[in-house]
Amino acid sequence: MSDSPAKFGDYGGQYVPEVLMPAIEELTDAYERYVLENEDGFMDDFRARLRDFGGRPTPLQHAEQLSARYGTEVYLKREDLVHGGAHKLNNALGQVLLAKYMGKERIVAETGAGQHGTATAMAAAHLGMDCEVYMGRRDITRQRPNVFRMRINGSKVNPVDVGRGTLKEAINETMRDWATNVEDTHYVIGSVVGPHPFPRMVRDFQSVISEEARAQIREKTGGLPDSVVACAGGGSNTMGAFHNFVPDEDVALYAVEAGGSSLDVDEETGVAPNSASLSTGSVGVLHGARTRLLQSRDGQILESHSISSGLDYAGVGPELAHLVDTGRVTPVTVPDDAALEAFHRFSQEEGIIPALETAHAIAYLETADDLGESVIVNISGRGDKDLESVLEETAKRDLANAPEMGVFE
Amino acid sequence: MSEIGEAFRDGPALIPYITAGDPDAESTKAQVRALARGGADIIELGLPFSEPIADGPTIQNAIQRSLDAGMTPQSYLDLVADLDVAVPIVCMTYYNLIYQYGDEPVRAFVEAAAEAGISGLIVPDLPVEESDDLRAACDEFGLDLIFIVAPTTKGERLDRVMEQVSGFVYVQARLGTTGAQADVSTQTHDSLGRLATYDVPKAVGFGVSEGHHAREIVAAGADGVVAGSVFVDLIASGENVTSNLERKARELAEGARTGFEQRVPRPERT
Repeated sequence: MSDSPAKFGDYGGQYVPEVLMPAIEELTDAYERYVLENEDGFMDDFRARLRDFGGRPTPLQHAEQLSARYGTEVYLKREDLVHGGAHKLNNALGQVLLAKYMGKERIVAETGAGQHGTATAMAAAHLGMDCEVYMGRRDITRQRPNVFRMRINGSKVNPVDVGRGTLKEAINETMRDWATNVEDTHYVIGSVVGPHPFPRMVRDFQSVISEEARAQIREKTGGLPDSVVACAGGGSNTMGAFHNFVPDEDVALYAVEAGGSSLDVDEETGVAPNSASLSTGSVGVLHGARTRLLQSRDGQILESHSISSGLDYAGVGPELAHLVDTGRVTPVTVPDDAALEAFHRFSQEEGIIPALETAHAIAYLETADDLGESVIVNISGRGDKDLESVLEETAKRDLANAPEMGVFE
Repeated sequence: MSEIGEAFRDGPALIPYITAGDPDAESTKAQVRALARGGADIIELGLPFSEPIADGPTIQNAIQRSLDAGMTPQSYLDLVADLDVAVPIVCMTYYNLIYQYGDEPVRAFVEAAAEAGISGLIVPDLPVEESDDLRAACDEFGLDLIFIVAPTTKGERLDRVMEQVSGFVYVQARLGTTGAQADVSTQTHDSLGRLATYDVPKAVGFGVSEGHHAREIVAAGADGVVAGSVFVDLIASGENVTSNLERKARELAEGARTGFEQRVPRPERT
């Protein structure tokens, strides 16, 4: 089975309702022709738009304070500087453009933190496509600025009230919309998850991150980094940051998961107070793929948790699960409190306000054993969207490095 | 012929769906008996999964009620083993539950399902591409594996799906997810037309809720009718549940029979 293009080892596959299979076959064909073979100059068009509309390449910045603090040369891959404020545009632009090449008329997407929804809304407006975004009710309250941005770009935002109202429920609802409107609609999945060809295709669109970073670090240092660190929810910025380094066996790859408030699972309530599916999950099938999941012994999917809604998901990309099983990628976890502490420190010391997702990757530097002489940290997105959450969560805690909270009241 | 195949022998089959454990296991037993009294030929009993992506809000809510009441794959199998009706039971569930059950993925569940008396499986998130393991286990333990054909399933893909079907083929009447509808989609007629040359019972579902729907569907060439959300709605209302289920089943079965009598005989295939 492992030689199937739909699989990564035993992970991946296409576990979706029959009604979607013809669309997935059509998409697979389009992916192979346009993305892999550059038919009609699709990839040239995509690259030009990434550059002119998206603002690529993003810099690889040497971080002076962090380098001094950790005694290693720290380089920041600045995906927060991509148009929209996160790496998400790389994939959203690629998929919306592909949908246009395929003759589709309508885009649907799910979003957790709102960054993917925002990126998709921007790409859809840029390319003149109708767009509807599904977002959990809880995430809508946590991420209002992104909800406004999607609406301002002309997309419809549909609240999802089922369950805890987070990313998992939004994905279910988007799949249902897709199943109803499959003939003229493309579902822009926001991460390296879902049925084949999504995990490969999204990785390909995101791999521009490591393509640039690899060339940039060689130019700056004459060699490769000793390690690459990226946060992992579904894993799209992770796979993007890792992909071109995977063959470089000497480069250590760290996927930083949300440890939430605890790594233990409460089976009684069906809640995992973390989103660490690589570190603590087990093999199962969710949202179209066999991968590692947070689930009960019976196979019911657990509600996940993270201070960062962008990491708050019970599954992870199948390729990442495979790279962890084969030992190429090391999964590590960072708890909510440490991520919040890193958010403030990084903002104060480097002058960059990171997304809460990204703050997990930065926080890992604080506890890492040995990252070698140089490390690239993928700054997956900027934190403007998270300010309301950060203020609320900071006020609940006694953080030594937090700003005076009274000034926000 | 399998038990499920037998159910289609004497005229059109009525196949109601309900979610096991909604609102509790004892009620499910009474609901199954009521459906059997009302003329059900096969009963689809849902084993609830937390992420039912092929189902609409009605069944999703039933699944939530059942999970909240504590239904598990094991208590589901115990419930089926306790049933005292002659009607064959088909288990409808999602792949992860089949994959996680017991020590041996897939095979352990199918073996336990066979022991509990289940006659077939419908797994809406398992396309034929991923079904080899489940197919092998179903063959080993004598269960039918029922596949869904959607309005989008056409051409060479339709052949590939139909090669894998056993028991009956579940004809999805319209795009989208499960849920009661006011009318019969024209997609139903198109799908039945495409399937006419395949020699396997065809049961139409997704949106069927009234006797006249059943009549129209069977008159159009279907060998059976699947109805779910309409029964789940009656259960959710909580009032006179068993008598309402029996009456609705009778209405749909009667509609199917009328449709069968109205059917214009197709010319013999050459």
